[in-house]
Order: sequence, then C-alpha cells, then structure tokens
Amino acid sequence: MSSALEGMRVIDLTHRIVGPFATKLLADYGADVVKVERPGAGDSARQLGPFFHDTPDDEGSGLFLHLNTNKRSITLNLKHPEGREILLQLIGDADVLVESFAPRVMPSLGLDYETLHRANPRLVVASISNFGQSGPYRDYKMSEITAYALGGTMATTGLPHREPVKLALTVMQIYAGMVCSTAVMGAYLGSKWHGTGQQVDLSLFQIMATNQDRALMSTAAYQYLGTMGQRSAGNRQDITPASAYPCADGYVQMFALVQSWPAVCNLIERPDLIEDPHFVENRTDAQVKAEFEKIFLEWLSRHGKQEIMERAQSLGYICGAGNVMEDTFRDQQLTARGFFVEVDHPYVGSLRYPGAPVRMTATPWRPGRAPLLGEHTSEVLAARLAYDEDELKRLRDEEVI
Amino acid sequence: MPALPLEGIRVVDLTVVWAGPFAAALLGDLGAEVIRVESLQRLDTITRTATDAKAMHELVADVDPDAKPWNVSTNFTTVGRNTKSVTMDLRREEALEAFYKLISVSDVFIENNSPSTVEKLKVDYPRLVAHNPRLIMMSMSAFGATGPYRDYRAYGANIEAVVGYLLLRGYADGEEFVNSVGGFSDACGGATAAMAVLAALHHRHGTGEGQYIDMAQSEGVAQTLSQAMMDYSMNGRSRRSTGNRDAERVPQGAYRCAGDDYWVALSCGTEEEFRALCVLIGHAEHVDDPLFAKELRLAQHDLLDQEITEWTSQRDSYEAFHLLQSAGIAAAPVLDQAQLANDPHLRAREDWISLTHPAAGTHAYLKTPIWHMSETPLPYRRVAPLLGQDNDYVYREVLGFSDEQYQRFVELGHIGTDYVTRS
Repeated sequence: MSSALEGMRVIDLTHRIVGPFATKLLADYGADVVKVERPGAGDSARQLGPFFHDTPDDEGSGLFLHLNTNKRSITLNLKHPEGREILLQLIGDADVLVESFAPRVMPSLGLDYETLHRANPRLVVASISNFGQSGPYRDYKMSEITAYALGGTMATTGLPHREPVKLALTVMQIYAGMVCSTAVMGAYLGSKWHGTGQQVDLSLFQIMATNQDRALMSTAAYQYLGTMGQRSAGNRQDITPASAYPCADGYVQMFALVQSWPAVCNLIERPDLIEDPHFVENRTDAQVKAEFEKIFLEWLSRHGKQEIMERAQSLGYICGAGNVMEDTFRDQQLTARGFFVEVDHPYVGSLRYPGAPVRMTATPWRPGRAPLLGEHTSEVLAARLAYDEDELKRLRDEEVI
Repeated sequence: MPALPLEGIRVVDLTVVWAGPFAAALLGDLGAEVIRVESLQRLDTITRTATDAKAMHELVADVDPDAKPWNVSTNFTTVGRNTKSVTMDLRREEALEAFYKLISVSDVFIENNSPSTVEKLKVDYPRLVAHNPRLIMMSMSAFGATGPYRDYRAYGANIEAVVGYLLLRGYADGEEFVNSVGGFSDACGGATAAMAVLAALHHRHGTGEGQYIDMAQSEGVAQTLSQAMMDYSMNGRSRRSTGNRDAERVPQGAYRCAGDDYWVALSCGTEEEFRALCVLIGHAEHVDDPLFAKELRLAQHDLLDQEITEWTSQRDSYEAFHLLQSAGIAAAPVLDQAQLANDPHLRAREDWISLTHPAAGTHAYLKTPIWHMSETPLPYRRVAPLLGQDNDYVYREVLGFSDEQYQRFVELGHIGTDYVTRS
C-alpha cells in the first residue's frame, strides 16, 4: 500500500513551530519533504525545550523531534549566490515550497514570488507569516500569547477580576500549522488538477480571528447584536454539574444538559433525588445548586477520575478524566488504538511520540524520525542535482552547504 | 478565473456541533460543493442554536420578522458558509434510499457521530461503499471507531481532559478550571479532518481508490501538546499549567492598560527583546544587573510584571502595542470584538467583507478562505443556508426527483423549512 501523498514533492524553508507542523503532516502522509536548514545552527526550534534528559543539544529538542518527523534535512546558505542557485534548481521539479520567514526576507534573498514562479510556473508557494505579506503590521513580531490575544478569544478566557489567560503551551501555533497544511494541500490539488501555480499568503492573525473555538461566532454576535463575551467563572444557570471538578485522585470534566439530571443522580448513587421536588423545582436557585454541588463533590471525593468517567459514560452523563501526561500515556483508549508510536533516533534513541492524527484504511500513516542537521545534504544534492563528491566538498569548503 | 481547487468535488455533510461543520467549511472554502443533510425532526441544538438564538431573534434589528432562530445562529451563519441545506429524516426508509442515491453521486461523506449512531442510522461505511465504491468517508468521533471508549460521547472539553490538556491550560495557581470552555479541540478536529480528506482525495485521484478514515478527535488535538508529551516521553515529567508564563520567554504576560478591561500581551524571547523592554519601560538598570541575567530572570518575574504594569496602565492597549513592537518586542492588544471589527490591519488586507444573509440581514463577516490565494481567490460564494434552503436543488437536480416524488416527500415531512418538533 502506498501513502496518501506519495509523489508530492515539498521544499520546506520553515522554522520553529507553525510551518514545521504543517510540513510534518505532509511528510507523515507520505510527501517527500526536504527541509532546508541554515548551515551550522539549523532550525532555531532545535534550541527550544524540552530537551532529552534536560540537556540542551541541537539534536535533543523534543519539540523539534516531534515537529519534523519523516523529513529530510539539507543545509544550504541561501545568502550565498550558489546556495540560492541550488534552491532554484531544487524547486524546478518540486510541487510546493513552504516558507515562514518574515515577509521582507525572501525578496531580500532574491527569492520573491515572481522569481520562484519563473523557475517553476506550476509551483505552489506558501508563505506563512505573523500578519501576512501586506498591511500595516506586516513586519511586527508574534509569539504564542500575542497570537491568542489578537484572535479575540483571549479577552474572554479567564476570570472577570483577573488578567485574560492564554491556552496551554504553543497550542495555537500548532493549530495554525494544521490550517496551513490544509491551505497548502488545497492549493497543491489546484495546481495538480487544474495547472494553477500560485502564492498562498497565510497570516496567523487571520487564522486566529477565524478560529472555530468561539472566535468566528463571536464576530457574528458582535456584528448582529453588538454583544461581546465576558470572562466568567463558568457558573451555569442549571443544577446539572457541567464543569471541571476535583475528585479523589485529580479532576474530571463533566458536560451536562438539563435532561442529564437523572444520569447525574444515578452517578452519585442518589436515585432518590431524581424526582425530589426540592431540587427539581428549584434547579436554577443558587442556594439549591450549592446544596446539590456539595453532595456531588462529596461523592466525587470518594472516587477516582477513571472510575467516574467509565460510570458516567455508561449512564449517558458525558465525562472525561482529567489526565496528566503520566495518565495519558497509559490511557486505555489511546493504548488500545496504539496512538503513541515508538520511534528510534540516532541521538535520543527510542522514544514514544504522539502518532497518527487519523487512521486511513487504504493509505497507511508512517511513523518516522526527525533528521539530524544536514543529514541528507549529500543524498539530495547528488540524487536531485547530480552533484558529485568533489563538488560537494567544494560547496562545504565554501560554506554553501 | 482558473477553476477552484475542489471544483467538481461533492461533499455530503452529516456533522453536528462545532468540529464537523468546521471541517466541511474548510472543504467548501476550497471550492467543494458541501451538501448538509439536516432533519426537520431533530433540532441540531448546538450547530444551529448556539449563542442564544432566541434572544438574537428578538434583538437583530434588521432581521426578517419571520426569521426562525435556527437560521440566525451566530455559530451556523459563520461555519455554515458555502454550504447547501437539504432536509430528510434518515430514520425512515424512503429518506434513507434518497440518501444512498445522494452518496452514489458524491465524492466525500463526512460525519462526527458516535460509531454506534452511525450503524443505527444505517449510514456506516460498509453500507455506503456498496452505493459508491470510490467514496471517501471521514468519521470524526470523539475517541475513534475502535477501542473501549468508542461509544463514549464527548464535547471538546471532555476530549481535552482525557488527552491531558485540561491540566495544562489556564491560571497556574489553583484557579485554573474556572473557565474550562472547551472548543479548542473542535478547531483542531475540523482542520485535521479537512487535511485528511484532501490527502485521501489526492490518493483517489491517482488510484481511483476511495477509503474509510477513522479519526479520533482526541488524537487530533493531542498533536498540539507536543512539548508536554515529549517531556513526559523523554524525561518522565507530567507538566501542569504555567498560566501566562513561559520559562523560556521571560517576561511574558497580559498587562492591564488604561480604560476598562483593556490589556496588552507581550513576550520576550531573546536578550535583545529583554534589553529593549527594560529601556522602554524606564528600567534600564536591569540590563546589566546580574540578578536579571537570563538564568535567574524567572525569579524576578513578579517584580517585572509590576514594573511593566506601571508602564502599560498609563497607556491605551493599541498605543502600548505599537510602542512595544517599534522597540522590537512581540506584543499585541488583547482584542475584544469591537477592536477586532475595526482593526486597521484586517481592514487594510480586506479581511472583513459585507454579506447579506436572507434572515440575519447585511453585516460584516471575516472573509474565507482564512488565507489569501493569488490566483484562485476562492470567493465567499454564499452565506450559511436557511434550514432546507436547497431542497429544491438537491432533490430535483441532484437526485432527479419528479414533481410527484418531491410532493410526496413534502407530505411525509422530509422536505420543509421548519422543525416539526422544537425541543
């Protein structure tokens, strides 16, 4: 069986998080992704933690290892005229070039879209940047927290009397990478099926503001009604518990609708409350809600998160166990589906990585590892451009590769 | 203009809530024809009625007096873009036959129900592939179609809890769960599913082979927890939330600005940025102070926060944003919807467009696709459909129904524009 993107050729000039996650997906689905890195230092994500055994090393960044699986790495000095020439040759038979430099960089290297388009008219050039290739903020910087701030959702995340709070880790950037891969694939299919080469201009600001997690619908709420969301403690009108709650060994995340009430009572072994008028008839009364929550929390405090989830789900009360990574790596479902995959790597050895995002029945997903810096320089230049040993040595001596 | 990338691809959409409709929207944005199959007998409570649709019905000034709340839901009028709506009650045999016919002339079927619901509705892959051997079916259930949790139902927040995300986000001091709004995995689920469908279309184009795709939304959102997963894998550490802080970027946070509830977020990732910040906020003395050296800086975070707030609180959030960026520091106003609607950058890039929705009136919408394409700009072809708006097109043109057959489906309650039961 072949991979889904077999035959797709990608030249990857991206670095750090967003672009590399987008091209990781392409590579994991089977595209041939050649990652172009700076000679010497490489992708700066190589210097971002977490590190293997907490020891910083260019080949030991867990983030880099996860975001660059199945790619080949070549080093190329794009500021050197011959390095630029090699890149233009490489894109001659490529389908897609993805880059994530600040917008002024590609033109300054003599690699503006028109030049790339002349070198290969069917090429899709995807440019990922903070604010897009135009507009007043074009050259501004961005980080995880500022990206979330711009999307309009951070303003409503947190407590009313406290500061707005970001989401975890760099999740918005990885989400942006997912969107970028979709955009790249869409443009690539357009090129493959209809012969249209083009430039795709991806602005992280735009991707944040159109996020399906509340952002986009909030824009319509404001346009229709002038209303804006507020940060809130998430207190619900109804008595049915539908939030995160502490239990014996951590937390559980519940979700309930009004009609979940019998299941809630059954979960906490209080079927007598199902029809109890004191609760049923005063279900939105703050004091009655607090009274019930006390009973609810007392029961939770005597049960573990996994047990609560299994019991609640069997009763039709939606619940997820609040796992920490130690639990997640042992989770029955992820284990049964073989989500975590064992990947070997010359520097960090064999480790478990997050695996396939989907299971395709006809086109297998391939586990693979991230490349060492410049691991495939000779291989790619020899195979694609027919450079021989002497020429490669010269390019090395002249610090082109 | 060149053909849209997915021109000629028909997607049948039986998705609910947020994640599935978002996947369908991304495919529609790329030019696919998305036909959303809805039922007059079952109100889609979240997709079509989120954000207080009843109140909206009463408040929208220019709303059609006969508009129905489910047609003006802010969730659906945005995520339902470039989509057509057909109604049929799949629980009845004659509708199921029509559905199978629709599948036979389509390319992709996308749904996000639990695996047992799909079987119960008789729209599982083995049944459908008999009607269309080239079909690509994307099933995006909460935890996947196999394994002990296959029939668990879950919303974003519950999925996120299981993969370990709940305990990694929010405040770091015990109040982390106060706003466990879970919708992030819906965004990830939609994007992950759309990408997988595109990969499957690529494969089918080359080989003629369709396929079934079993997607667990949990496994889609889990990709975003890269650092936490790799840290556990490499070092055995189970991380918890660090709030707005990041040990590799000090200082970082959201800081109060002038006015009521305005904030600016900033983050220093390099030594140059840290030095520029100290100078800008009037604390140049930290630049050469060994107590503020990179390795020790985290311990000074509270003090830095105080000093930054003294500076930001005297400034408007946009003013602080521009001053910080001009000094080379990553910063942004924490935008509210009013600011976002007027933001000069989005306006300059023409990311806001004006559209008229038959029930909601004329308003500004963020344009799609959510990126810019130079040759196939991919028009926002249509705002979200009213319930059953495309019954005529789908039944008559796509399925070839005669007048009699159409009328029979009206009488049987499959075709219509109103919910029969409003629960």
